[in-house]
Amino acid sequence: MCVTCGCSDDAEAKVSNLQTGTVMTIQPVTETHHHHTHVLPDGKVVTHSHSHEPINETHHHTHVLPDGVTHSHSHDINEVSQIHAKIHGRTISLEHEILGKNNLIAAQNRGWFKGRNILALNLVSSPGSGKTTLLTRTINDLKQQLSLSVIEGDQETTNDAEKIKDTGCKVVQVNTGSGCHLDAAMVEQGLQQLNPPLDSVVMIENVGNLVCPALFDLGEQAKVVILSVTEGEDKPIKYPYMFRASEIMILTKIDLLPYVKFDVQRCIEYAKQVNPQIQIFQVSAQTGIGLDNWYEWLSKKAISH
Amino acid sequence: MHEIGITQNVVAIVAEYANGAKVRRVLLEIGKLSAIMPDAVSFCFDVCSQNTVLEGAILEILQIPGLARCRQCGAEIPLEKPFGVCNCGSKQLDLIAGEELKIKEIEVDEVCV
Repeated sequence: MCVTCGCSDDAEAKVSNLQTGTVMTIQPVTETHHHHTHVLPDGKVVTHSHSHEPINETHHHTHVLPDGVTHSHSHDINEVSQIHAKIHGRTISLEHEILGKNNLIAAQNRGWFKGRNILALNLVSSPGSGKTTLLTRTINDLKQQLSLSVIEGDQETTNDAEKIKDTGCKVVQVNTGSGCHLDAAMVEQGLQQLNPPLDSVVMIENVGNLVCPALFDLGEQAKVVILSVTEGEDKPIKYPYMFRASEIMILTKIDLLPYVKFDVQRCIEYAKQVNPQIQIFQVSAQTGIGLDNWYEWLSKKAISH
Repeated sequence: MHEIGITQNVVAIVAEYANGAKVRRVLLEIGKLSAIMPDAVSFCFDVCSQNTVLEGAILEILQIPGLARCRQCGAEIPLEKPFGVCNCGSKQLDLIAGEELKIKEIEVDEVCV
């Protein structure tokens, strides 16, 4: 007797047909697989096959569910006697998008911005590229023309938010702790605190990181990637996801070009190679060179988004 | 290291669908252009699944190669990176495969009398 499912595998087993009088002897099981059927408590019928292999060998079998889905699994023959009669693996097809929840909240954020006629930009860069300096300068230069407020993302401290606050601008700090990027839910909570006015611009300064923030939609209208000339000019092809995801690239600290080895043309070529549509502004937030182009883009975007 | 956040999402989603049943196997589909490292997800999976119904489950990852379509000539081009140049010279490529990030299927224990 098979302990697995109660079927017989000895030579004495036979089948008798009382109508015809035929008696058939069931041959000893010589093949290693047999099929049988279980009826589940809810009435579903599951058919599967399994082997009668010597103990200690792995046993593999297949189920066919009533809806036609087939699945197979294996387990050690030793455990079979205890659990096989009770437990089977059932395969569930999910097709679930792992970032689905984030994307749903991002879509809600996007609707929230749209309903209030707010332009939201997601500023991304590596740490130390000068995002906060560029942002404070932008706020100071444009605060007469544009209503700006900021969601500041960092792993720790409120240092950057303090700098933004000094400009007189509304700012909310989101600390991500061990997280390396802002996600849509953090921005949603930040927005509740920030309560930005209608017809305004919300700058979301992401955590300094050229990798992870590229994957997380926050509900912004555009990503703005900031790259400084103190970094390598090959950053766009080293971190292509971020440069591909961004609508514009701001090349900062260009006042330092005489002192650093940085090939601007090659950097632009790399950026265009990754993202042919990307618009590039070369600026210095210290001296103010090139900021007009960025301000013009920002002002137009605030009206037309 | 966004993989840890991604893996936490995987564990949360699978646990929700398993509805209390023990999970034996999880099959993920990760595109080669998704900026997700399968090795890092596997590493995080053991940690993130501890003390959940996923503890001890086998993680299988199916990697989908990158593929783009040229906007200029319509050719399909295999890609190793999320950018490239078509034979026609165009860099205007639309990614059509390789950015997947999905839980394809899970296998859970089920009582079978």
